[in-house]
Amino acid sequence: MESTVATDNSNQEVWSGGGKKPFAASYGKMMMWFFIMSDALTFSGFLVAYGLMRFKFLESWPIADEVFTHVPFIHGHFPMYYVAFMTFILIFSSVTMVLAVDAGHQMKKAKVTIYMLLTIIGGLIFLGSQAWEWKNFINGTYGAVVLQDGKIAQFVDNEGHQIALSDFVSKANSERVQHTRSNGLWYVKDAGELPPYTLNEVVTSFNANPDVHLRTEKIDFDVKQKTVLSKAEANTYLSKATDVVMGANLKVNEYGKTLFADFFFFITGFHGFHVFSGILINVIIFFNVILGTYEKRGSYEMVEKVGLYWHFVDLVWVFVFTFFYLV
Amino acid sequence: MAHESHESHTGLIWKVFGLLSVITIIEVIFGIIKPDSLHLTQFLGTSLLNWLFLILTLVKAYYIAWYFMHLKHEKTSLRRAIVWTCVFLICYLTTLMLIEGGYIQDMLAPYISWTYNK
Repeated sequence: MESTVATDNSNQEVWSGGGKKPFAASYGKMMMWFFIMSDALTFSGFLVAYGLMRFKFLESWPIADEVFTHVPFIHGHFPMYYVAFMTFILIFSSVTMVLAVDAGHQMKKAKVTIYMLLTIIGGLIFLGSQAWEWKNFINGTYGAVVLQDGKIAQFVDNEGHQIALSDFVSKANSERVQHTRSNGLWYVKDAGELPPYTLNEVVTSFNANPDVHLRTEKIDFDVKQKTVLSKAEANTYLSKATDVVMGANLKVNEYGKTLFADFFFFITGFHGFHVFSGILINVIIFFNVILGTYEKRGSYEMVEKVGLYWHFVDLVWVFVFTFFYLV
Repeated sequence: MAHESHESHTGLIWKVFGLLSVITIIEVIFGIIKPDSLHLTQFLGTSLLNWLFLILTLVKAYYIAWYFMHLKHEKTSLRRAIVWTCVFLICYLTTLMLIEGGYIQDMLAPYISWTYNK
């Protein structure tokens, strides 16, 4: 009961039923560790599910550094730079957090305040970066065609570098209007935003341009790159194409396997939600520090507890970073 | 128990930060270059490059847990209750699922056609 009812603050370090502290940890800290462990197992469940599906589709899984290639204000192919920046930001906000905890042990209110503020700012930058990363992922870069069996085929130049549809497709006069509930059959809806080109335009332009080649999802394990098809083979693929894809949603994406985008949205989204709630809790603690709550209580242990959560979020990101972007 | 010792660990914290940054930079450099001598190898189920990434990740996780989450300063019994439990359960789950995934791939791959007739 003591844990849920506001009582005298003086003995909040102590578990109910006496002065004993199991493992020499206070009640609150122990409960935070309980939560962190269960959350760790949740995240490992997600990442392992990703691993299972990746192993299942080992020969056709998208290659991460061909997917995440954006850096703000610069055009071009820059794999990993931005996500490395995000990792760095999160590690740095972890450092300011642990500095706040350290200052709390010495009862230095001013220092705790500043470090908490820096931690919150770091979290906000990370969250903004993730939103930007999602925006790029959803809007897409190159565009691709999807075949009737769900396979994705992408376009590359003579050197094997991926090229965007807008680089080689010329628009014909055909016009297809976005199918909405209010415009067309009320019970039918386009899966996503209408791609900028029709399939016919893409196929015609592909045939007219000898420097454009088609690439399948299948990985050539000798070079660990996607297989580029000959023009003749490409035509058999394009004859089975059903749609043009631009960007990503839960049903189809230009990068390859649908599951890849699903896991990306789910796992980075779940992690982003943790960052978001971490920021909220940090803000609450930040104001409590300013109001002098912990100064009066004589202990900054609350800062230590939210610190544990914040470091855990950082820890999870280290693994997400490895399994989504590196491995 | 960190909160009973009141001396500052600021120096140590910055050292850990430096180490974590260096590891991240190394990971990113290898991730961008992907040297063929590591990337195109096969060792215990995956490439040496992936093993490098995994080991560096675990080193990072160790430093975050031990120094930022203060596990180093907790009672040994609490630390083991947390770390051993998680490590065991995660290794168990990972092993089973990845073996299963590899098996499904072996069974499934022959049925996936990569050629089409016009």
